[in-house]
Amino acid sequence: MTLDEILASLFPSGHTVESGPSGTLHGTAKVDGQGEVTVVGIAGGTPLGVDGAILLAGHVLAVVEAGSRAPIVVLVDTASQNMARRDELLGLNEYLAHLAKSLALAVVHGHRTVSVLFGHAAAGAFIAMALSSQSLVALPGAEPSVMDLPSISRVTKLPLEQLKELAKSTPIFAPGVEPLFATGAVTETWAADQPFAPRLAALLQQPVATSDLRDRIGLERKGRLLAQKIAERVAAEAAAHA
Amino acid sequence: MEQFQVRGTAKGRAGGDRHQAITGVNASGNLEVLVERVLPEHECLVDIITAVTGFRGIWEAVIQEFFERSSPGGLRFSINDGGARPDTVTLRLMQSVRLMESAP
Amino acid sequence: MSTLLQPHELDWYEASARERVAGLLDPKSFVEFLGPEQRVMSPHLAQFDLTGAFDDGIVVGGGRLDGQKVFVASQEGRFLGGAFGEVHGAKLLGLLRAARDGAGRGGPERDGPRAVLLLLDTGGVRLQEANAGELAISEIIRAILEVRSAGISVLALVGGRAGAFGGGGIVTACCSRIIVSEHARVSVSGPEVIETNKGVEEFDSKDRALVWRICGARTRYLTGGADRYLKGSTADFREATIALIPHAPPFGLAALKAEQQRLTERLQHFGDCRDAPEIWRKAGLPEPERIADITDDAFLVIQRPKGADHDAR
Repeated sequence: MTLDEILASLFPSGHTVESGPSGTLHGTAKVDGQGEVTVVGIAGGTPLGVDGAILLAGHVLAVVEAGSRAPIVVLVDTASQNMARRDELLGLNEYLAHLAKSLALAVVHGHRTVSVLFGHAAAGAFIAMALSSQSLVALPGAEPSVMDLPSISRVTKLPLEQLKELAKSTPIFAPGVEPLFATGAVTETWAADQPFAPRLAALLQQPVATSDLRDRIGLERKGRLLAQKIAERVAAEAAAHA
Repeated sequence: MEQFQVRGTAKGRAGGDRHQAITGVNASGNLEVLVERVLPEHECLVDIITAVTGFRGIWEAVIQEFFERSSPGGLRFSINDGGARPDTVTLRLMQSVRLMESAP
Repeated sequence: MSTLLQPHELDWYEASARERVAGLLDPKSFVEFLGPEQRVMSPHLAQFDLTGAFDDGIVVGGGRLDGQKVFVASQEGRFLGGAFGEVHGAKLLGLLRAARDGAGRGGPERDGPRAVLLLLDTGGVRLQEANAGELAISEIIRAILEVRSAGISVLALVGGRAGAFGGGGIVTACCSRIIVSEHARVSVSGPEVIETNKGVEEFDSKDRALVWRICGARTRYLTGGADRYLKGSTADFREATIALIPHAPPFGLAALKAEQQRLTERLQHFGDCRDAPEIWRKAGLPEPERIADITDDAFLVIQRPKGADHDAR
């Protein structure tokens, strides 16, 4: 699906989303039952660098400061973080963290946040844009990853064919919507055969837990069998130590 | 991967009051040794996991010599091996006994 | 051999994760949670023909620093590059949640720790457990911000072999205060990855001096990406941590607006620079070409450029 098709399906009642510098998107949209929502994003498979990150964070902070408590929808078709000497020199880690912090702050200030992945997202861009919202929706065409399999093969020195075979029996490392759904990263997947707008409206209407449930969801879906229990055990020992 | 045990007897109990100690790290050419005072006084035991296969005979020889030299009675040693050479294995085992003998 | 020295006498870089904790905290005050004897290890490594670590490469626990209660997490950078796996990440997450919830019970002075200290030494996500590692980092980021919102300082201490790369670099910048030593590199993409993807002209990963100019502690400190620069002894880290805990900015709109401003200004002033000396020249620092090479003592007397000294994280 093209960006325009996705925008039309998400926001049939109208939107003002426009392209900005560095592949960014910004605007507002109408959603049933929510009034006006803020939309930010990255499109065109553009890597997320210092320039895009500071722009997006600025949009998010502006909404928080306005005090509307309106939902924020983050559209994601990026790549990885921008792999460039200049961005690292300038402190890319701070810019990506700043964007993640801004989205977290929006939640503290009462904004519902939803990331909608319709293209690529990998590594640092995946963390800052897709994983930094309360919910992550995967649309048709979503390709989330930490790292592509050929690169994992190079680094781990395991042949690609063997990796692919391993990926069939465990969702713990492979790219794609399925393993990231099983491990708890992806909240919902939406197929193309149903309009997105009612699903978005329903998602935004649902009450959201105040705490991060992804480790519990990963356990329920059997994608991460240990994380939640280990976190709980450490927390219990820490409480006993008090 | 290979996983095996080497058992031995010791003339006496390893000194000190510590119940456990840990030394080393599972990195290339290195090994992690966790030692616990959990066995009867004259017994000692090493549990090894290693990704470098085919050297069990050398492990057994190195460890039996360590048992002979250090007499680590009562101690169970657990090793995560990163491909360490025999002299590094001996070094870490002896370090771990010294830690057990030191003040808690 | 390190066992002959007292813990606080050790060089941070050479010390193990557990030795750093012992040297940092008040003597004999540390209690480890889920210690190595519990053998809580990764189940995902054997299928890659890898052996594990009894603590999965991270030490977590509680103790005292200058008499105050703190929680500590210390990564072992030499085990699989200190990378975040499922168990490793969950241990840190549990520690942070305990800090958050402890504060909730009676305020930071009562049940919760005064600070959480993150001794980061990591290449990022452990690829063999990529999805679990990446998720853990996101969960950790969220938890750090919750801890900060509860009034507890979260400090990043970086000075080990692996640095703080990838998601570790992002976690670093979510902390209230950041302390780095000369050995530290804080970055997102590793130099080799940039070279593989963009070519050696873009980043010659074998040029160590370049790596430190782009990612290293001096650059981070002078641009405001870190708050304290140290020579690297464990005693230095202890002293700096004690000093910074009371000066950690709270997480909130004011701090983030200030951060938006400082990061925007950094791009305005230095956005066309490709190497550190260009930044130092524009900032008016003396002898920009020599800053990478001068001694730590000489470096520490340099006045940081405007905007580098801030409370905006």
